[in-house]
Amino acid sequence: MAKRIDAVDLNVYYGKFLAVEDVNIKIEPRSVTAFIGPSGCGKTTFLRTINRMHEVLPGAYAEGEILLDGENIYGPGVDPVNVRAEVGMVFQRPNPFPTMSIRENVLAGYRLNGTRMSKSDADAIVEKSLRGANLWNEVKDRLDKPGSGLSGGQQQRLCIARTVAVEPSVILMDEPCSALDPISTLAVEDLINELKENYTVVIVTHNMQQAARVADRTAFFNIQGTGKPGKLIEYDDTINIFQNPQNEQTQNYVSGRFG
Amino acid sequence: MTEKVTAHSSSAPAPARSAPSGLQTGGTGGASGDRVFSGLAYGAGGLILVVLAFVAIFLVTESLPALWPTVFSDQDSISSADTFLQYVLPLMGGTIIASIIALIIATPVAVGIALYISHYAPRRIATPVGYVIDLLAAIPSVVYGAWGMVTLAPALVPIYGWLHEHLGFLPFFAGDPSTTGRTLATSGVVLAVMILPIITSLCREIFVQTPKLHEEAALALGATQWEMVRATVFPFARAGIVSSVMLGLGRALGETMAVTLVLSPGVFSLSLITSGRNATIPSEIALNFPEAFGMRQSELIAAGLMLFIITLAVNMIARWIVSRHKEFSGAN
Amino acid sequence: MSANTMTDDKPAAQAPARSLTAGQMPRWVWSVTAGGALAVGAGLAAVLGEGFSVAGWAIFSAVLFILGMYVITWRVQNRRRAVDGLWRNLVWAAFLLALVPLISVLWTVLAQGLPTLLSNPGVLIYDMSTTNGATDIATQQDGARLSGGFVHGLIGTVMITLLATLISVPIGLMASVYLVEYSRGGWFARAITFFVDVMTGIPSIVAGLFAFAAVQLFITTFIGDGPAQLQMVKMGLSAAIALSVLMIPVVVRSTEEMLRVVPNELREASYALGVRKWRTIMKVVLPTSISGIASGVTLAIARVTGETAPILVTAGFIASTNWNPFSEWMTALPVFIYRQLVNPTAPSAADPSQMRAWAAALVLILIVMLLNLLARIIARAFAPKKTGR
Repeated sequence: MAKRIDAVDLNVYYGKFLAVEDVNIKIEPRSVTAFIGPSGCGKTTFLRTINRMHEVLPGAYAEGEILLDGENIYGPGVDPVNVRAEVGMVFQRPNPFPTMSIRENVLAGYRLNGTRMSKSDADAIVEKSLRGANLWNEVKDRLDKPGSGLSGGQQQRLCIARTVAVEPSVILMDEPCSALDPISTLAVEDLINELKENYTVVIVTHNMQQAARVADRTAFFNIQGTGKPGKLIEYDDTINIFQNPQNEQTQNYVSGRFG
Repeated sequence: MTEKVTAHSSSAPAPARSAPSGLQTGGTGGASGDRVFSGLAYGAGGLILVVLAFVAIFLVTESLPALWPTVFSDQDSISSADTFLQYVLPLMGGTIIASIIALIIATPVAVGIALYISHYAPRRIATPVGYVIDLLAAIPSVVYGAWGMVTLAPALVPIYGWLHEHLGFLPFFAGDPSTTGRTLATSGVVLAVMILPIITSLCREIFVQTPKLHEEAALALGATQWEMVRATVFPFARAGIVSSVMLGLGRALGETMAVTLVLSPGVFSLSLITSGRNATIPSEIALNFPEAFGMRQSELIAAGLMLFIITLAVNMIARWIVSRHKEFSGAN
Repeated sequence: MSANTMTDDKPAAQAPARSLTAGQMPRWVWSVTAGGALAVGAGLAAVLGEGFSVAGWAIFSAVLFILGMYVITWRVQNRRRAVDGLWRNLVWAAFLLALVPLISVLWTVLAQGLPTLLSNPGVLIYDMSTTNGATDIATQQDGARLSGGFVHGLIGTVMITLLATLISVPIGLMASVYLVEYSRGGWFARAITFFVDVMTGIPSIVAGLFAFAAVQLFITTFIGDGPAQLQMVKMGLSAAIALSVLMIPVVVRSTEEMLRVVPNELREASYALGVRKWRTIMKVVLPTSISGIASGVTLAIARVTGETAPILVTAGFIASTNWNPFSEWMTALPVFIYRQLVNPTAPSAADPSQMRAWAAALVLILIVMLLNLLARIIARAFAPKKTGR
């Protein structure tokens, strides 16, 4: 069910402040795309516009179009809630619901929406999602324990399982490994590689090695100075971005000269 | 509420995502729930504003006959005095004097205890002391009143005698010292005990926010503990202390039962140690309202309106002090 | 007075001196000063006061001790250490001074109330409808069994408080949901915050007058202004409205605080799953903060349970039990205490009234303390598990 994403002339604002300017990008289905760039360059802001999460912040809005298999998610009459059911998101810090067990966390997308289902359906979804997140074997004996009792890496995979459970077509990840230790990071990166079989995955990362390891394509964002908007500088196959960048800014960034 | 909307999306365990235009509004569960819920929240907020507006409007409406009897009633004057001011000013005087006595006693003690909890007491004592202070705050005012009437008032009688004997040239201690102790001074002491926990807990909250770095900087320069407190805690907390005291004052002004039970009321007098003198607005209302009707009722409500205005002013000054100093305090 | 604790003094800030241990004062100076102060204080108390009293002794000894320590420290060490010690002692004195009224209040209520409660547990199940001046005189003069009780007050307090809670919790809860989840700092939200602050400062008697005036205005406008209609104004509901005015700001404040500490990450996690805002609030935000909210509500209930004045002017007082808060006068426990103390049932034989009042005061304090304890337990026991990071 993976869908293609097209951003067309996208500008993102916080109130009067233009945070991201004029982004045009085509993201293929069943691929992993990484956004890299220095802090404050707008990569997270842009990521959050893809499922309209950025407008949760007061005063934030976007101009332009983001097409999901050709359908504009900023079109008239579009309900952001439905967009978010279609485009899932995994956050920087693992955030399982503290009042819910592991099982309830996986089912959260259904339970919170009041969807009723039989126990066998629910069990099937829990097992499938946890297997999909490479977590089933670690937690199958303690599904009724609180999700907050897991390790950081397990919590993050639980959050991925929770996202996968509602069967979105796109999964956005906002620096999903930045709060994790190297071993957990490896587990999540393996998982990302498997997820692209079924989903369009977009990942923001600060870690260039990570982008090189997991992404098929990489987009480099940059900012000219404080108060200036972030821009998409270069977007290409990952191998080209790292070994043969066309733009001088990209060259400087990936060679570690700044950022 | 949840049940109703639940029914919508109960059909399948698949997420709400019905083909081509699945992103459009409508159909999927709870879009109207959002509107209803936010409407309820907005309404509850509005209701609070409406209630407060009603407090003001009702109090004014019901007190108009006492404020302007010639216009708003069929009588020429109010029943307890010639004019409303003549009636209410002595009551205001008594209210304010009792509250000031309470402040004079409670403020230093409260600041001391707050300092004790925040900076002096060993940790294993500080927490229980905090509980004890909360306990003091939880005791109902009628119990304080009963205690003031039965235990405190007789205990203060010898002190009033002594004050009259040695300081009788001051107007406060002139007049026959009470033999029951049920005087405005005793009311002030009871009020002091009652506002003590309020001022203490507000001050404590501010004291513990003093930046640790400042304190350690002072100690590292060789300051004694008191010098550290004077150099870092007090400048940081000054506005907070003042506003805590103002909030305590607001509470003392409005406190009813303690004064009603302790004080044996009468006409206004500067003598604080004589029984059958002075009254406060709240106790005047509590004593007379149950039997009042017509003009008398209007008078009492009008007196309540005055009390409302005074406490409102005091509370607003307190908040204003806090907000004015917020940007300098460094607390966040 | 503060014998043991004072010796715990840490040798924290050293006076600047050539040797780090210079100018230290031996520990025994402390105990000697304390002993001396107690002895001289006893003498002064006996001479100056008319007759010896423990209170006088304690006060004189404390003053002597504080002054003595100040002078001695100044002589032996230096002025800075002396000032430091002086304030340390004063702060301790403030704390001990505050314990005096607390212990006195609790002791008075226990000593006066407990014997009655133990010897006449009937006060908990009878109201005052069969008690009159004659029965009380019989009790006081002939030692007849104490008649009457305050079950009607207990029932009244429970009914009125319950009704007030039913009115104020939904309003307070939804208003704080608006402030935290919906408002974006506009004038409306600022106005609510401001007026909630204002409401916190409303004197309770004014809240009572407001409720009375409001209900009276309502009844005279819509029902009629005959004497019978005016009688209707005083009822449990009027008192509940008065208490709600006092309760709403407390609920709003505590709930608002609790909602604000719910991490935004949880809301975003829920939104990102395609969950609507109201469901996110109902199923994620509120459950996460429920223990804090419940404990805040319990504290608000504890606060209004002890209120007297607003109930006195809105619900009046009667001798018999009234279960219906929507008609007829209703006695609340604090009002019962007040009336029994000020207007004894038998003016010439006030002791039985006093006994009932103090027993009721003890019960009232117990209720309020239990509510406070309950609030603490709720806050602690049902707090959401920490995320471990």
